[in-house]
Amino acid sequence: MAATPIPLEVRNIKKRFGETEVLKGLSLKAHKGDVITLIGASGSGKSTFLRCMNLLEQPDEGDLLLHGEEIRFKQTRYGREPADWKQVVRMRAKLSMVFQSFNLWAHMTLLENIIEAPIHVLGQPKKAAIEQAHALLERVGLTARADAYPAQMSGGQQQRGAIARALAMNPEVMLFDEPTSALDPELVGDVLKVMRDLADEGRTMVVVTHEMGFARDVSSQVIYLHQGLVEEAGHPKEVLDNPQSPRLKQFLAPKY
Amino acid sequence: MLDISAWFNDLLAGNLIFTAQTLGYYWEGLVTTTQLVFLSLVIGLVMAVPLAVLRGSKHPWIRLPIYFYTYVFRGTPLLIQLYIIYYGVVFVDGIQDSFLWPVLREAFYPALIAFTLNTAAYTTEIFHGAIKATARGEIEAARAYGMSQNLMMRRIILPSAFRRALPAYGNEVIFMLHASAIASVVTLMDLTGAARFVYARYYAPFEAFLFVAAIYLCLTFAILYFFRFLEKKLLAHLRPLS
Repeated sequence: MAATPIPLEVRNIKKRFGETEVLKGLSLKAHKGDVITLIGASGSGKSTFLRCMNLLEQPDEGDLLLHGEEIRFKQTRYGREPADWKQVVRMRAKLSMVFQSFNLWAHMTLLENIIEAPIHVLGQPKKAAIEQAHALLERVGLTARADAYPAQMSGGQQQRGAIARALAMNPEVMLFDEPTSALDPELVGDVLKVMRDLADEGRTMVVVTHEMGFARDVSSQVIYLHQGLVEEAGHPKEVLDNPQSPRLKQFLAPKY
Repeated sequence: MLDISAWFNDLLAGNLIFTAQTLGYYWEGLVTTTQLVFLSLVIGLVMAVPLAVLRGSKHPWIRLPIYFYTYVFRGTPLLIQLYIIYYGVVFVDGIQDSFLWPVLREAFYPALIAFTLNTAAYTTEIFHGAIKATARGEIEAARAYGMSQNLMMRRIILPSAFRRALPAYGNEVIFMLHASAIASVVTLMDLTGAARFVYARYYAPFEAFLFVAAIYLCLTFAILYFFRFLEKKLLAHLRPLS
C-alpha cells in the first residue's frame, strides 16, 4: 500500500437528475500537489462531478475517500444520503471550494468573510485568524479592500477574495468551479495568476475551467468529459496538443 | 422647577380644554400606548424568529401549523381578534378562579395578548420571506465550508435575513403603533382613549383628535428615524462606495 494516503479519491461516481443520467461512472485520484483540470462542453457534467466531491450534490453511486477515509452513505426512501453528517462537515472543512459566482457572504466585509469559517468551523482563535487573513489578503493583492463589502468590489477582486477565503481553511484540496467564467476578460488574468501561484507552491487542486492556456501550462492532468463519461485523460501535453478523439479535436478547435 | 411650572400655567391660562388635568390623561395615554406597543413588539419579535425558521421546515407537521397560525392572524381583523380575546376570556371555564384572573380582567393584558399574537404572525411572515430570499450561492458556500445547519442559520442566513427584513419590519412597527389605537374600544385609556375622553368631555373634536394625531406623528417620526439609523448601520453592504 502507498505510504502516504491520497488526499482525494473518488471512484465510479454516478448521478442522475430525474431521467437524465449526468454522471455515468467517473473516477479521479488527486495525489498531493496534483492540479487536475476538468474540461468539456457545457452539460458534460464537469461541474456536477466537482460538486459531488464535496457533496453539494449527492452522488447516487460511487465512493468518496479523503486521505483514505471513506465517506459512509446510507439509503433512505428519498435516495442515498451520507450516513453521518458530522463526517461530511469535517470533510468539507478540508476541501475549500471557489465558485463561479464567488458566493462571498454579502453582509460581511471581505475580512469577515475570510475569518468566518476558520473561527466558527475550525475553532481558530480570532486574533490568529485575523492575522492569517491579512497575510492572505496581501498575497492576493487585496490589502486595501479588507473592510469593503463584496458589492463594493469588482468581480476579479471578489474572486481573489474568495480564493483568500478558501486558503484560510488551510485546505488539503481546493476545488475550483469555473472560477473565471463570470469575469470580464481583463480581470481573468489576475485570478489565473493567483491560481498559478497556488499550483506552484504545491497545492492540490481540482479545477473546472474553460481556460485552455491554464490547463495546458499548470495542470498535471487533464480530464475531458463528454456526456458524463471520461472521453480522454492524461498529461496536458498529450491530451491538449495531440487529442485522439474526434470530439475533443472539435472541442479544442478554434471556434471562429 | 418653579419657573417651568409657572411658565406652563401661563401657557394654559385661558385655555379651557388643555388643562393640566387633560394633559395628564394624554400623558397616561402615551405611557399606556408605548407600553402596549413596545411590549407586544418585543415579545412578538422573540416569538417570530424561531417561528420563521420553523415555518421553512421540510416537515409538514411543523410547517403547516405555523402557516395556519399566521394565516388566521393575518387573515382576520385585529379588532375581531381583540374582541375574541377580551370578551371571550371570561367564558373560559374556571378562568375567574385562576390566579391569572386579576391580570386578565384588566383590559391591558387581553390587548397585549391580541397585539402580540398579531404582530408575531406578521413578523414571522416577514422573516420567513427574508430567509427564503437568502442567495443560494451564499448557502452553498456555507455548506461547502463545513458549516452545520445550525451554524449556517446562526451566522449566515439569519444575519443576512434580518438585514433584508429591516425595511419591512419598520413598516410593521409603525403599523402596530397605529393599530394600537383600537385598544381604546376595550376601555383601555391609551392615547386614542384619552383623546376620546377629552372629546366627549368638551365636545371639541378638532382639539382632541388633532392633538393626539400630532403625538402619533411624533412617535412615527421617532420610529422612522430609529430604523433609518439601523439601516444605515446594518445595510452598509448594500450601498456601493461613494
